[in-house]
Amino acid sequence: MQDRPTIHELLRAVESFLRDDVVPATEGRRQFLARVAANAIGLVERELQGEAEHAAREWAGLDALLGAEPMPGGRDALAAAVRARNEALGARIRAGEYDAEPAALLAHVRATVRDKLLVTNRAYLEADGDLG
Amino acid sequence: MKPEEIAARLTPLLERETGGPVQIANVRTMTGGATREAWSLDATISEAGQPRDLGLVLLIFRPGGQRAFSARDEFRLLAATRAAGAPVPKPMFVGEAELGRPFYVMERLSGETIGRRLVREERFAEARRVLPVQLAEALAAIHRVPLDGRSGSDPLTFLPRPEPGKSAVASELVRLEAMYRQIAVEPHPAFEIAFRWLAERQPTSSDVALVHGDFRIGNVMVGEEGLRAVLDWELAHAGDPFEDLGWLCVRSWRFGVDHLPMGGIARRAELFDAYARASGRAVDPEVVRFWEVYGNLRWGVFTLVQVRSFLEGLSSSVELASIGRRTAETEWELLNLIEGKGF
Repeated sequence: MQDRPTIHELLRAVESFLRDDVVPATEGRRQFLARVAANAIGLVERELQGEAEHAAREWAGLDALLGAEPMPGGRDALAAAVRARNEALGARIRAGEYDAEPAALLAHVRATVRDKLLVTNRAYLEADGDLG
Repeated sequence: MKPEEIAARLTPLLERETGGPVQIANVRTMTGGATREAWSLDATISEAGQPRDLGLVLLIFRPGGQRAFSARDEFRLLAATRAAGAPVPKPMFVGEAELGRPFYVMERLSGETIGRRLVREERFAEARRVLPVQLAEALAAIHRVPLDGRSGSDPLTFLPRPEPGKSAVASELVRLEAMYRQIAVEPHPAFEIAFRWLAERQPTSSDVALVHGDFRIGNVMVGEEGLRAVLDWELAHAGDPFEDLGWLCVRSWRFGVDHLPMGGIARRAELFDAYARASGRAVDPEVVRFWEVYGNLRWGVFTLVQVRSFLEGLSSSVELASIGRRTAETEWELLNLIEGKGF
């Protein structure tokens, strides 16, 4: 176990350095890139916080569409399994299996994309009144 | 090339073309992109014995770069769209031998192109009021450009066009899906849904016209009084004119002003009415909806293209890296449009 600061505390320190020190001290393209970098750090922090919950939700949604499978532990194994299941889902979509009844498919894909946006761009969801 | 060298080499060309003495000054580099470099320069020419000052842009094409058109083709494209009444920078001179590389010279215009400013800043309020009609009229003019060299203009044979035996709609769909299958490093179920949705709903093709291909806020130059010029012609092709209307409404070009789908400045109906009046083509909102879905999907695929150069280690840019996390925005908007929300 590492000592304090935690991952989140360190990320917040880097983000505030970029946003409060680098951005005001630069201009033009470098300032723009500093802002992009600060946003990327904030994104990583939100991703770490929501990761487990979002992965579980995507897995459960895929279970409902493709049939239940045990969810692998470990980040790499999970990523590979989700990828393989999404490829299988894509093949079913291409084959027209959801043409007649798309509702369950759309609801699952929307929930998954919504979780991605909660990490990458909450303003998009806010604009659509989708943050509850 | 050095500024003084450019001035010395261009002077004889301009003197030959204008039939009088020419002075070139203030040669400055503007941008050095991957495919071409842009220079700004001032020329004093002689017109009926009187000196006249011209602000010019010189575009020099790099060898081997990936680009749609040659310098001469792009020059022709600007000339043809200008002749049809679209506001574009006036193309002035074209050559290759003088600089040892293909180039053309066009009129230099000034104005704002940054979308975030155009949709928000108070000083562009009047521009935002007149832009819907001006953009519709510019599109109608572009879509009137003869592709086959009627009325004495050069035929625009270099433009990508629909595949033989396929409609413009089907050709674009096949091209976009091939690009997606080639470029995507991960599966995107939302894109699969969109491709399926589009394939099942292809509109009967309208006539084939010159399509700008990247007509949006951000690629037009605007002054406080309104539209000054349509820029960025690299994605022009022969296709369905309604493709341009759908692209103009893609969510990414609203710069956060989401309740105004046409580029963050107008409702769709304003665009449709003005375009129908200017072009004489009836606008079927369902056809534009098809092209708006296609447009959001196309932009989504373009984000995958852009992030590839980061993923492959060709660039370490944090900007390119971050674009990979913008793909989800296009997925969300595709689901909105497909489920009938927000149209």
